[in-house]
Amino acid sequence: MRDEATAPALETNDVTCVFNVSQGFMKGSKPLHAVKGVTLKVPKGQTVGLVGESGCGKSTLASILLGLQAPTTGEVRYSGESATGFSRKDVARRIQPIFQDPYSSLNPTKTIRSIVSQPLRIHGVGDPSEWDKKVAEMLDIVGLPKRSAGNYPSQMSGGQRQRVAIARALIMRPEVVICDEPTSALDVSVQSQILNLLQDLKDELKLTYLLISHDLAVVEHLADRVAVMYLGRIVEEGPAADVFADPRHPYTQALLDSVLTPDPRLGVPDTHLGAVFPNPIDPPSGCAFHPRCAKCMDVCRATAPRPMAEGAHMTECHLMEGS
Amino acid sequence: MSETVLEVQNMTVDIPISAGMLHPVRGVSFSVAKGETLCIVGESGCGKSLTSLALMGLLPKTAIRKADRIMFRGEDIKDFGERRMAQLRGGAMSMIFQEPMTSLNPSYTIGDQLTEVFRRHVVRDRGAARERAVHLLERVGISSAASRLSQYPHQLSGGLRQRVMIAMALMCEPELIIADEPTTALDVTIQAQILHLLAELQEEFDMGLILITHDLGVVARIADKVQVMYAGRTVEEGPAESIFDEPAHPYTRGLLRCIPVPGKTKRGERLGSVPGIVPNLVGSVEGCMFRNRCPHAVAACSTAPETLVPMGADGHAHACVRPLEERVEQPVEAAE
Repeated sequence: MRDEATAPALETNDVTCVFNVSQGFMKGSKPLHAVKGVTLKVPKGQTVGLVGESGCGKSTLASILLGLQAPTTGEVRYSGESATGFSRKDVARRIQPIFQDPYSSLNPTKTIRSIVSQPLRIHGVGDPSEWDKKVAEMLDIVGLPKRSAGNYPSQMSGGQRQRVAIARALIMRPEVVICDEPTSALDVSVQSQILNLLQDLKDELKLTYLLISHDLAVVEHLADRVAVMYLGRIVEEGPAADVFADPRHPYTQALLDSVLTPDPRLGVPDTHLGAVFPNPIDPPSGCAFHPRCAKCMDVCRATAPRPMAEGAHMTECHLMEGS
Repeated sequence: MSETVLEVQNMTVDIPISAGMLHPVRGVSFSVAKGETLCIVGESGCGKSLTSLALMGLLPKTAIRKADRIMFRGEDIKDFGERRMAQLRGGAMSMIFQEPMTSLNPSYTIGDQLTEVFRRHVVRDRGAARERAVHLLERVGISSAASRLSQYPHQLSGGLRQRVMIAMALMCEPELIIADEPTTALDVTIQAQILHLLAELQEEFDMGLILITHDLGVVARIADKVQVMYAGRTVEEGPAESIFDEPAHPYTRGLLRCIPVPGKTKRGERLGSVPGIVPNLVGSVEGCMFRNRCPHAVAACSTAPETLVPMGADGHAHACVRPLEERVEQPVEAAE
């Protein structure tokens, strides 16, 4: 067994997840490869950004890591230990999620106190008087007034609700937090407050983040490492500074081009990506990105590229194999 | 300057609610010319969407709209009844809504919904309407357009649905398009494509475009003129370049500091923020509404008139008693 201290907080080894999708009455079903052979490491104390368009498998990967979905093949390891030995509760103590939409992720019939203390009740930690103290402490950490403990979610704004969701995720002091689009549903002014809070909490509570987002500006701002996902595969992965300064995969380049920086002298970029995201039930042959790629070659249509590493920066593209 | 399509003078929207009178839009004025893009920016609850609904005559029944004048194509449409507004809507002025999932009717085909506007406003001929629908679907980048006409909205992805919405807005060659957060629900790559398409079509058809958004990146890239709204008032307006180069109002400056910009903001650095929330606009309101959240507020702000003060010859104006040049030292970040 490897050393607990140096092993990545989260690790997936060639994880695949296949769903069988019904094609309609009497037509049988077809396999959908939501995640195809993903190997990803989330080192302790770092923030790993996972980017990609909707439908690329980001959220499936997140639910596998949260133990909500069993991988079809492959292995998940928490701090070097195989996930097979963990119960749902054990996983929940280590890893907690923060979801995109704070309007639907909080139960509207429960008070904030009850929502935030629920993990304590489930895990049987302490007694009710202690819960109240812990809730008050947690609300203070996320910047909510103590009196809001008696409120219902409907009495709070979007930013405050997201703070409640963060308090709930952190009350058991997990090691890893999986943030699934934590700010997409919020206004710009609130978004920056939540991003600052996530950043502060990370230092204060020594957290490890997996940050899932399609907003590359946000990922660039927070992440130490970035993984770009396309149709169930990680097509580029490396240190954030490297990937953003020198994106190698044409898909990463297109994603970066689509980030609209507030510069009135630039027009709207033309990404040449085409409108059609491929059908994951019937993925393209060879490299899955080839129908949308501006630099597509014959070899891309025929064979899938192998991952090519250059230092810590991995790319899966035939263009890299040639060079 | 080309011909003005829409000119609004001092428009207000009041909604009576149980607690009193709500004033979500409190006197806004703007104009859009042919081929020009006006972006209205602000947080949720600033009255952006109500402004657009008020223009289209789509306000809730209890809401009261007042204005000095609303000139559309040289005609004052302020006192138009429902009937005459219905003739304009979807015809000469059309709208693209935020959620393509909810604004298309799930029980009608794309073809039905596209041809309906055309047959209502232009000619009743089914064949001509169909032809126009196919042409526009191709124009907005939808492949095998003819076969799409018989599909239902649920068979299309979000990006495709938004393209259908754009095609629908273009069916009757409108002179003005109002797009309310047209790309907020979409992926970044699709967002870039949709905006690119909108800008291209606008030039091609020489339309006026009002784009309502809270995304300053979108505004910078597409706007000719920018109007920053806060609590139902315009707090700053002007050409896009001057707004982004020299934002004068503390609200505009605050919003600009909130967004991480690759290459400019340092990784992991704290972002600026605009603490607090949009104020309650029930009952009578006086003074600058931003004063409670403003890092530069002084006593004079509580009685300051919210009128726009011109800053230069290019039409850049702000509604702040202490604009940029009058402040001594600029604090780096608003106190939280």
